[in-house]
Amino acid sequence: MPEHTPLTAHDIVVNLLIFLLASFLGLELIRHVSRLLHTPLMSLTNAISSVSVVAALIVLADPKNNFIMWLAVIAVALAMSNVISGFMITERILLMFRRRGGGERE
Amino acid sequence: MTTELLVQYLYVLAGVLFILSLKGMSEVRTARWGNWAGSAGMLLAIIATLLAYRMERYDLLIGAVIVGTVIGVPIALKLPMTAVPQRTAMSHAFGSLAVALVGTAKYYQLYPDIDRFTMAVLASEMILGYLTFTGSCIAFAKLQELISGKPLIYPGRNFVSLLVFGLAVALGVALVIDPSQSALLPIMIVCALLFGFLLVMGIGGADMPTVIAILNSYAGLSAAALGFVLNNKLLIVAGTLDGSSGFILALLMCKAMNRSFTNVLFGGVGAPVATTGTGEARTVVAYSPEDVAAILDGARLVMIVPGYGMAAAQAQHAVKELEDVLEARGITVKYAIHPVAGRMPGHMNVLLAEAQVSYDKLLEMDEANLLFPECDVAIVVGANDITNPAARTKPDSPLYGMPILDVDKARTVVFIKRSLATGFAGVDNELFYLPHTMMVFGDAKKVVTEIVTALKKA
Repeated sequence: MPEHTPLTAHDIVVNLLIFLLASFLGLELIRHVSRLLHTPLMSLTNAISSVSVVAALIVLADPKNNFIMWLAVIAVALAMSNVISGFMITERILLMFRRRGGGERE
Repeated sequence: MTTELLVQYLYVLAGVLFILSLKGMSEVRTARWGNWAGSAGMLLAIIATLLAYRMERYDLLIGAVIVGTVIGVPIALKLPMTAVPQRTAMSHAFGSLAVALVGTAKYYQLYPDIDRFTMAVLASEMILGYLTFTGSCIAFAKLQELISGKPLIYPGRNFVSLLVFGLAVALGVALVIDPSQSALLPIMIVCALLFGFLLVMGIGGADMPTVIAILNSYAGLSAAALGFVLNNKLLIVAGTLDGSSGFILALLMCKAMNRSFTNVLFGGVGAPVATTGTGEARTVVAYSPEDVAAILDGARLVMIVPGYGMAAAQAQHAVKELEDVLEARGITVKYAIHPVAGRMPGHMNVLLAEAQVSYDKLLEMDEANLLFPECDVAIVVGANDITNPAARTKPDSPLYGMPILDVDKARTVVFIKRSLATGFAGVDNELFYLPHTMMVFGDAKKVVTEIVTALKKA
C-alpha cells in the first residue's frame, strides 16, 4: 500500500462529496428507524463507527517510533472492544423484541 | 487484480453493508439482519486492511485485540438492560478516545511535513475526540451514579466553559498556521479534555438522553474527520452515518422536550430550584395497592406510563406481571412511551422488551394521546415531568410547551411514586392534586407487585 502522500485538491473534493452524500443518506436512513429501536440503533452505529480500528491498523503498519506505536495499539484495543461488545449487545437487545405468540418474525 | 484494488473493492462492499445495516433497523422484523450485515461489513473492513498493510508488530496487534475482546465480551454478555445507557456512554468514551489517539499518532507520524488542510482536519478531529472522551466519562459517572446527577452550577460557568473551548480552537488555528509548533498540541488536547468535562458536568441527569445522542454524533464526526486525514473513504462513510444518527436522535429528544440544543447544553436545567410555593398547603390522599386493585377490576383499557423510576426500581418484570394478570381478566393493556422517558433514546422500549412485553403494545406519544380519553386507568410508574399538565396550561412553568402524555384525560390516574418530591425540572405536578388521581407511595417494584397480589386475591 502507498506511503502517505499529501492529499491532492482532487482527493479533498471527492472526500467532501462523499461526506455530504453520506450525511444526507444517514439523515434519511435514521429518520425511518423505528422509535422502538433507538437504543439498539445507538449500539449498532457505535460499533460501526468503531471501524476507526482500520485507521489504527494503518498507523500501526508504519509507526515510526514507539510512542506512535503504543498510541495505535491502545486505539486498536479500545476500538475492538467497542466493535465486539457493540454488535453483541445489539444482537442481545434485538433478540428481546418479540410479539406475543409469533416470535420476532410473526 | 492488484491487492490494492481488491482492498478498495472490499472497502466499498463494507460501506454498502454498513448502509444496509442501518436500513435494516427501520423495522423490528429486519433489524437483526441489519446487525449481521454491519458485523459482516466490519469483518470485511478489518480483513481488507490486514491484507493491504503489513504490520510491524503482529504480536502487539494480537495482544490489543485480545485485550479488546476481554473487555468487550463480558460487558456484552453480562450487562443488565437497565445499565445500557451507562454502557453506551462508555462506548462513546472508548470510540472517541480511539479516534483521538489515532489522530494524535498521525500528527507525530507526519510531523513535520503536515499540510494545512490535513492539520485543520486533524485539529478539529482531536478537539472533538478528546472532548467527547471526557464528556462521555462524566456522562457514564452520572448514569452509574458515581457522581451526583445534578448539574454543577456556578456563576459564569458558561463563560469559563466557552473560554476553555475557545482556547482549544485558538491553539488549533495556531497549529494550522504553523503545523510544526508541536509544543502547542498537548495544551490543545488538555483544553479539549477540560471542555468536555465542564460541558457535561453542567448538565442534569434527566437530560442524558440528549447528551448521549450529541456525544454519539461527535464520536461519529471525529471518526469521519479521521477518514479525511487518512484519505479513507470507508471511515468517512461510517463516521458520517454515526454522526447523522446521533444528530437526529438528539434533535428528536430536544423536540420532545421543546428545548433547543443550546438550552440542553448550557441551560443547567435540573439544578435545585428555590421553591416558588405559594404557601398554600395542598393535601394528597395516599391510596393503598388494594385500592388500586379494586379500581383496576372494573377497567376495560389500562395504559401504563413508564419512566426512569421503573428502570431505577428494576420494576419492568413486575409491570409485565401486572399486564398478564389484567389481560387474563380480559382487560386491554397498552404502554405509553414518551420519547425522553428514561436515560437514553428508546430506553423504556428495551426494558419492556426484556420483560417480554409484546412490542405492538408499546405506543408512541401521539398514538397514546389519542387513547387516553378512552382509558379507564392510567398507571404512571416512576415518571413525572412527562405527564405534568403544567406543560399545556402554565406559560410560566419551565415545562411549558413540552409535549406530554395526556395522562390526566384518563378516567382514573394511578401515580406510583417514592415521595411527593418534584420531578427533574423541579416543578410541582398538578396531577397529584386532581380529584381522579390516586397517589400510591412506595418503591415502584414493591407497589406493582402488591397490586398484582391484591388482584390475584380478588
